[in-house]
Amino acid sequence: MLDSIRSRLIAIAILVALSVWALWPRQVTTRVRGPDGRMRDSTVRQLNIKRGLDLQGGIHLALELDESRGQVPNRSDAIDRALKVIRTRIDEFGVAEPLVQKQGASRIVVEVAGITDPARAKEIVQRSAFLEFQMTDKENLFRQALPGMDRALAAAGVSEASVGRQMADSAARAAAAPSSAVEDILSGARPPVADTGKAARHDTTRARRDSAAARRDTARDTSALLGGPLSPLLFSGSMAGQYLVAEEKVPIVQAMVERAELQRLLPRGIVLRWGAEPLSRGARAFRPVYALQERPIITGEYLIDAKARIDPLMNQAIVVFQLSRRGGRIFERETGKRVGDYMAIVLDGQVQSQPPVLRSQIGANGQIELGNASLRDAEDLALVLRAGALPAPLQIVEERTIGPSLGADSIRKGVLAGAVGVALVILIVIGYYRLSGALAVAALGLYVLFTLGGLAALGATLTLPGIAGFALSITIAVDANVLIFERIREELEVGKSIRLAVDAGFKMAMNAIVDSNVAMVLTAALLFQFGTGPVKGFAVMLILGVAASMVTAIFVTRTLFMMLLARRQQLQTLSI
Amino acid sequence: MIRLFAHANYDFIGLRKWAYGVTGAILIPGLILMALRDVNYSIEFTGGALVQVRATGTTMDAGGVRAALDRGGVPGAEITEFGGSTEFVIRARLEGQVSATEQAAQETATRVRAALTDAFGAGGFEVTRVEAVGPKVGGELRQRALLAILASFVVVLVYLAYRFEWRFGLASVLATAHDILATIAFIVYMDLEVSLLVVSAILTVVGYSLNDTIVIFDRTRENLHKYKREDLAEILNRSVNETLPRTIITNTTSLAALVALLVLAGAVLRPFAWVMAFGVFTGTFSSVYIAAPVLMWIERKWPGKDARGVKARVVAAGHGTSTTLPPPEAGAERSRVPSA
Repeated sequence: MLDSIRSRLIAIAILVALSVWALWPRQVTTRVRGPDGRMRDSTVRQLNIKRGLDLQGGIHLALELDESRGQVPNRSDAIDRALKVIRTRIDEFGVAEPLVQKQGASRIVVEVAGITDPARAKEIVQRSAFLEFQMTDKENLFRQALPGMDRALAAAGVSEASVGRQMADSAARAAAAPSSAVEDILSGARPPVADTGKAARHDTTRARRDSAAARRDTARDTSALLGGPLSPLLFSGSMAGQYLVAEEKVPIVQAMVERAELQRLLPRGIVLRWGAEPLSRGARAFRPVYALQERPIITGEYLIDAKARIDPLMNQAIVVFQLSRRGGRIFERETGKRVGDYMAIVLDGQVQSQPPVLRSQIGANGQIELGNASLRDAEDLALVLRAGALPAPLQIVEERTIGPSLGADSIRKGVLAGAVGVALVILIVIGYYRLSGALAVAALGLYVLFTLGGLAALGATLTLPGIAGFALSITIAVDANVLIFERIREELEVGKSIRLAVDAGFKMAMNAIVDSNVAMVLTAALLFQFGTGPVKGFAVMLILGVAASMVTAIFVTRTLFMMLLARRQQLQTLSI
Repeated sequence: MIRLFAHANYDFIGLRKWAYGVTGAILIPGLILMALRDVNYSIEFTGGALVQVRATGTTMDAGGVRAALDRGGVPGAEITEFGGSTEFVIRARLEGQVSATEQAAQETATRVRAALTDAFGAGGFEVTRVEAVGPKVGGELRQRALLAILASFVVVLVYLAYRFEWRFGLASVLATAHDILATIAFIVYMDLEVSLLVVSAILTVVGYSLNDTIVIFDRTRENLHKYKREDLAEILNRSVNETLPRTIITNTTSLAALVALLVLAGAVLRPFAWVMAFGVFTGTFSSVYIAAPVLMWIERKWPGKDARGVKARVVAAGHGTSTTLPPPEAGAERSRVPSA
C-alpha cells in the first residue's frame, strides 16, 4: 500500500497524466467527398471521445441474408464475403469512422455517423451490384415457345383477369394498402378469355398507331394474332428478344411468367429479364422485357474500375468501366464473335437502358448508360461496382436513423441536465459535509477526468444514456464518500481522535463500498452484454464511473485527508 | 455541522406489517392492470416502424398527420407529440400481423414518409429519427432483456453467497425481485413506453437496490459480531437505523441528479429517469422491508450456525419447532435515544 503522502501524490499525478493524454485532442483523418466528387483525406482536431449515433446523428443498420427468394448456399461464407464488400463500399462512401461488423453468425451491423441521406446509404449497402453482359435471344427461341406457353396457361385456367383478381385478393389479405399498380389492375380487369383477344387487338392497333418503333416492327409482330393469355400482352420491341409490356400490365405479366409451368416451358438457355426503366411510345409507357441468353459472356468479377461520367453527346449520366487484362481478353474474344448482335447489360437482374448493338469487338473498356439518372446515382453505381457484387441479397432487419438536429439537441440537453445534476450533488455534499465535503468534491473533479479518460482510452462511445450514466455514477462516487464520512462521524462520536476516526472510517466503510460497487458493476456488465449501442454506452459509463469512484473516493479523498491532517497537526475538530 | 437522522431509532422492522400493506397496494393493482391493459412495448420489442418528424415551415398537428397517414395507407399508427407541438412521433407496430415479414418494418417506414411528403410537401417537415425493427429482431431483443434480468439474479446471488452467506444473497435477490415487480407496476401506472432504455433502467434499479441492501447487510454482519446478545430483528433494526443518514444523503443526491435528467434531458431520457427515480425509492424500501424480513424468515426456516433470531426462542421453548419471533423491544430501545 502506498503510505506516504508523497508516493500517493505521485500515483495520482500519473493517473491524471494518463487521463489527460488519453483525452488530448488529436488528428482524426476521414475520407470525405470533395465538391468535385473526388474522395480525399480530411483531418480535424477533436477531443478524443467518440460520440454515439444518437448524439451526432447517423444510421444503424442490421442486415441478414434475404432468403425469401430461395435458399443461399453456404451461408457463413456468403456473410463473410458480404461483410467485406460492404466494408469496401462504406469506406469509399466517405464517412468518419464507419463501423461494419458481424454480429452473431448471420448478421451484419453497419453504423455510419453524420449522414444526411439515409436512403442513399441503405441503397449503397443493400445493392447487390451483380453485373452481367448477356446476348439477346437473336434466334427468337422465346417467341417460338410462346404458343406453347399460352396453351399451358390456358390449360391451367390462367387468364389476365384471373391473375389480376388473385393479386388483388392477396394484396387485400396482406392488409396492405393497395398500391397503385394493384388499383390499376382492379379497375382495368377485363372479362375472361373470349374477350381478351379482341381487347388486346384493339390495344395493339392503338399501340401501332401511337408508336413509331412499334410500327417499324409490325411485320414481325405476330404475337397479337395468337390467342391465349400471355402473348396478347407482349408487343415486339426494336430487336429480337425485346418485348414491350404496357406499364399497367407489368404486374400481371410478371405474375404469369413466374408461374412454374411457364418457367418449365422457357427454351433451354433462355432467361427473361425486365428493363430497368420504362420506354415511352407516344402517350403510353411500356416496360421492356428481354429474352436473353442465360450464359453471360462476362460478369462484373473482372471489373477493376468504374467511374461516373456525363456523356457529352447525350448529356446523360454514364458509368465507364475497365476490365482486368484477362477480363478484357475474354470480352474482346466474345464480342468479336458476336458483331452485329445486341448485348444487354444486366445489373442486379435488370437490363440497363437499350441493349446496344455490337459494332465491333470491345476490349477492356466499356460504359453503362443510365438513362435519366443523376450524376450522383451514377457515382453510387460506380462505387458499388468497384467494391464488387454482394454474394447474396441482403435484407435490412433493423434500422435506426437519428437526424443530426436531434443529435445536437440531445447533446445540448444531455450536457445541461448532466451539469445541473452534478452541480446539485456538489451543493448537497458541500452543504452537508462542509470541509470534508469540499475535499470529496475536489476528488470528484478527478473522478470526472478519470472517467472520461477511461472512456477515451477504451475507445468506447459516448451516448445520450451514457451521459445519464455519468450523472448517475457521480452519485455512486458520492455514495462511497458518504459511507466513509458517516463512518468517521460515528467513530468521532465514540470519542476517537480525529486521526484514528478518519483511519477507522475509511477502513470500516471499505467492505460496504467494495461489495455494493461490485454488485453495481456486475449488473452493468450484464447490461453491456444485452444492450445495443446507446444502452452499451450507458453500461460502459456506469462501469467506468464505478471504477473511477473507487479510486477517487477511497484513494484520492484519503490522500486529501492525510494532507489536511499533516498540515494541521493540532486539529481539534474536523469539519465533517 | 448538519446531522440528519443521527442516532435514529425507529422501529422499522416492527412496522413491517404496514409495509407489506403498502407494497401490496402498489403491486397487486399494478399487476392486475398489466393483465388488463397491454403493456406499452416500444417497437424495438414488437417489431415495427417509428418515424419522428419535425415540422419546418408548415403547420402540422396530430389530426393532420393522422389524416395523411390514413390516406397514405398506414392506418392505425400511433401519433404522439414529442417535446413541443411541432414534433411528432409516429409508431406503427407489426405485432399481431401474422404475415409480417422482415421487410415489412422497412416498407412501413417508407410508406409513412411517402404519406407525409404527399400531405405536407418534401420541405414541410424534417425526419429526425427512424427506427424500423423486423419482428425477428424484436423477438430476440425481448428474449435478451428477460435473460439479462434473470442472469443478473444469478450473478448477484452467487456474488453475495460468496461475500456473505447464501441467506443474505437470497434475501437480497428476493428484495430485488420485488423491486422489479414494483417498477413494472410503476411503469404500468405511468403508461411509460417499455423501450430498451427503460429495460436498462430496470437493470440499473437492480444495481441500486442491491447497493442499498448490501450497505445494510454489511452493517448487519458487523453488528452480529458486535452485539452478541441481540436477536436478528434487533440487529437488523439497529443496522437500518445506523445506516439511515447514509441512506438519506445518498438517495437525496441520486434524486437530485435524476430530477435534473427528468426536467432537462429531454423526452428521450425522460422514461428512463422516471423509472430510475422510482427505483431509488423502491430500492431503499425493499432493503428494509423485503430483504430484512426475508432474512429473518430464512433464519427461522433454516437456522444457521449463528441463527440469533431463533436461538433464544428455541432455548426458551425447549424444542426446535417454534417459529415465532419475539416482538422487538421498541420501548426499551427508544429510551436510549440521545438528543440529536
